[in-house]
Amino acid sequence: MPQPTDPPETKSNGNEGDLRVIGRPRRRVDARAKVTGQTRFADDISLPRMAHCKLLRSPHPHARIRSIDISRAAAYPGVYLVLTGKDLPIEYGILPVSQDEQALCLDHVRHVGDPVAAVIAREELIAFEGLDLIQVDYELLTTISDPEEALATPTPRIHDYGDEGNIHKRVALEFGNVDQGFAEADEIFEDTFFYQGSTHLPIEQHASVATKDPDGKLTIWTSTQTPHYLHRALAKVLEMPPAHIRVIATPNGGGFGGKSDPFNHEIVVAKAALLLDRPVKICLTREEVFYCHRGRHPVLMNFKTGVKKDGSLTAMHLQTLIDGGAYGSYGVASTFYTGALQTTTYHVPRYRFQGCRTFTNKPPCGPKRGHGTVQPRFGQEVQLDKIAEKLQIDPADLRLRIAESSNRVTANFFRLSTVNLAECIRRIVKSSGWRDKFRKLPEGRGIGLACSAYLTGAGLPIYWNKMPHSGVQLKFDRGGGVTLFCGATEIGQGSDDVLASIVAEVLGLDTFDIRLYTGDTDLGPVDLGSYSSRVTIMAGNAALQAAERAKSLLAEAVAERVGVPPERLRFAGKRVFDSAAPENSVTFQEAVCLAEARFGTIGTVGSYTPPKSAALYKGGGVGPSPTYSYTAAVVEVAVNPVTGWITVPKIWIAHDIGRALNPTLVRGQIEGSVYMGLGEALMEEQEFRRLPKKLSHALVHKFPSILEYKSPTSLDMPEVFTELVEEPDPQGPFGAKEVGQGPLLPIMPAVANAVYDAVGVRIDEVPITPEKIMKALAEKKAGRAPRFGPSHFPHVDWPEALRVPPPWEGGDGNAINDAPRRAKPAPQRTPEKDKVLSS
Amino acid sequence: MVTISPASQRTAQLRFTLNGEQTDVSFAPYKTLLEVLREDLNHTGTKHGCELGECGACAVLLDGKPVLSCLLLALECSGRDVLTVEGLGSDGQLHPLQEAFADLGAAQCGYCTPAILVTAKALLDQNPHPTRDQIREALSGNLCRCTGYLQIFEAVEAAVLEIASHNKSA
Repeated sequence: MPQPTDPPETKSNGNEGDLRVIGRPRRRVDARAKVTGQTRFADDISLPRMAHCKLLRSPHPHARIRSIDISRAAAYPGVYLVLTGKDLPIEYGILPVSQDEQALCLDHVRHVGDPVAAVIAREELIAFEGLDLIQVDYELLTTISDPEEALATPTPRIHDYGDEGNIHKRVALEFGNVDQGFAEADEIFEDTFFYQGSTHLPIEQHASVATKDPDGKLTIWTSTQTPHYLHRALAKVLEMPPAHIRVIATPNGGGFGGKSDPFNHEIVVAKAALLLDRPVKICLTREEVFYCHRGRHPVLMNFKTGVKKDGSLTAMHLQTLIDGGAYGSYGVASTFYTGALQTTTYHVPRYRFQGCRTFTNKPPCGPKRGHGTVQPRFGQEVQLDKIAEKLQIDPADLRLRIAESSNRVTANFFRLSTVNLAECIRRIVKSSGWRDKFRKLPEGRGIGLACSAYLTGAGLPIYWNKMPHSGVQLKFDRGGGVTLFCGATEIGQGSDDVLASIVAEVLGLDTFDIRLYTGDTDLGPVDLGSYSSRVTIMAGNAALQAAERAKSLLAEAVAERVGVPPERLRFAGKRVFDSAAPENSVTFQEAVCLAEARFGTIGTVGSYTPPKSAALYKGGGVGPSPTYSYTAAVVEVAVNPVTGWITVPKIWIAHDIGRALNPTLVRGQIEGSVYMGLGEALMEEQEFRRLPKKLSHALVHKFPSILEYKSPTSLDMPEVFTELVEEPDPQGPFGAKEVGQGPLLPIMPAVANAVYDAVGVRIDEVPITPEKIMKALAEKKAGRAPRFGPSHFPHVDWPEALRVPPPWEGGDGNAINDAPRRAKPAPQRTPEKDKVLSS
Repeated sequence: MVTISPASQRTAQLRFTLNGEQTDVSFAPYKTLLEVLREDLNHTGTKHGCELGECGACAVLLDGKPVLSCLLLALECSGRDVLTVEGLGSDGQLHPLQEAFADLGAAQCGYCTPAILVTAKALLDQNPHPTRDQIREALSGNLCRCTGYLQIFEAVEAAVLEIASHNKSA
């Protein structure tokens, strides 16, 4: 077993009483703007001479475009410009391996809602009317509605790339001798699960405003979580130097992963603004937001798990069949993610993963909160509940026996830093009264438990390079002002507050003393974006480094003035003082002036690059993280046995966060995750249906509206009891780990397990609806298996697995049947980082 | 077949009270109150999430009652009193609801917040001491995807106490 690395030694392990900002519940820095309606979202921006853009979208799920006639639209009074695919032919996409989108489809539409033309006009209504005047001649193609159809229908191909036919990506990885592991098991469990797709449903519809600057450059304000990647896509498609493009990510009115791709509408308004030399705005309708999608992939899963009588796992074999929708999006990463984190919660000594993503003629799936790990987490946690019952072990105790612990390396070579999963389990067992309730509540009431782990930032960038993942610049002015510049994007999660709190803590200021310029590719150094729960650790560590550097400059200058060594100086209460004689002090403003007199203009930078991964095999780029968060949850349900109606009165949740930088925001992230998880557990589904044959037989979204796409309201939200487990993690700024995504993961399986405890039926898919419960109850009554869920996993021609011996079998992180990919990584911590953390 | 609409013609006139101020505006007659507020009066504090009356993000108070401004023609508001988030504070001070929402994490992305604030104000104007269930009920037409609602309920309750103690001292 790998030994613990260096002992934790962050400054956060110092005197807790010294912290004045970090760890205190605080008003976030951008709160006033939000409660006065002054936060400027993309659609709130209006510029002189601004034109409006609307997109003509395909009514067909799969068709060739024979011809497009735009002449009538172009001649319509008030229409300034009509664009089609030939105006923007260069393909783009979020991942380098799937550059498969065109801003406007050139000759092939792949889902209902795929854009084929754009009308830019004086008024939005004229643009709408102009759409009706465009004539598109389509040749309809066979439509593929789900992965099984995709496997059986290699032609027509939705894309002319991918592994084969309509298979986008197939992967197979094997860590250790899995068959041997099954041979050593006392019991083998095999279960099939289905996780339905769902969408992000941010209340803000995507909007963008582009303009040609007076100097001829391009600026776009847009609701994006990833300004840096949009910057890349715009440079590519518009064939412009990146230095002539400025992307400003406006605060997002909710993202949840749904604004992480570069979008066709962003590229279209950018092109139109350049051509027209006037600002162009687009704001999607809610129906169009459903077509943008990039939400949760529907995933069919097969879990085969071998266990000893004591509950320890001997081997696991997971297969996933993934409905990708019409484009690549993040799909290759999503595919690997469905197999990545099975090993980070519980000790799995031998592990085989096979995943297959297919294209289908539906809006593309992508990253939604918990990206790709949510679906298999559901399967794994429900199966553990079944295993516990069969082995007659309490589900909480089973998990305590197999929970991972700190400073280990998993079978698939992910380095775990702090792991407090067991403590999370102990907390919720206690707070929920688990021992008195499990299998003891009256019929119709039940309680269920589940756990999870999640990345604190993806260890590798989308475009592999050696540059930092995040950078921060600080500027100090003679008035004592501190201005922070960073590419990090505020999507409601509080990234601005994280940055401000870290700088304020180090420099002894108040968060409201700091001015922030974030999410702007012109003003701030690159931050890769608000995805993979990476902002707190990556931008936060960059801010910490920049602030520490500034502190040492200021301290050196102040030390001269007050006549004490710099290390005796403290920064607090907007003053810099001698810790031995606090009255010997200067104000922070005076400190800045002294430093400027001594060194010239004061500005510092900080940056962050994650530690190198130990997973060197192909595919090992997805899943490594500097550290992982852990969560355990207990859900209580009441199920009406006559109607199947489920209510959730209370949820207990404990989250291993390392350290809460602002407990008010942390609680909000946890409760928001619980809420979104409950939506997925009980009601949310991105469902499609075919129109009748005599109509178009098209595959259409069943309900692209907020009214029909059910999500929980204030009346549905249960009481939530939240506990934080805080052991500062050496990787995080002040010890912080992620909180934005992990707490969602245990909710769906905990609901399923609670339903079983309540009425004795297994619902092996989400959403868990009254209809499915009634069907399972009918099965139970008829003496058949009391279950609702998928019955089989279709045949897939899997490639030969890359065989990677786990660490305890002498593996070095490379596959033994593949050429070594990279040299053995350097030691995890660099001297520079040690210096910053210990200063 | 479409006909050329008077889309750009601001042929309609409206006089109404917006956040306590007499306001005159010319606009295209088909526009909703939401559109006139945001596009013709530059009051962008009121948001939209569907423009179909489904999400609640566009709620404003019309003569003190919450209405969905996306379902209301601006022309229907002649002579009436409209309150938006921009009019919630007074004398340079935030409304106690705004203070509580800011302090207690009730606004995450802030997009649904303006509508929830004015809806909560309407509740408190009518019922100064609502129960948790009455708050839930009053806000059930306002979707929030970020918070899970609990910190919103707590902020409303905190504002109730603040308003009560202020009234007592006054």
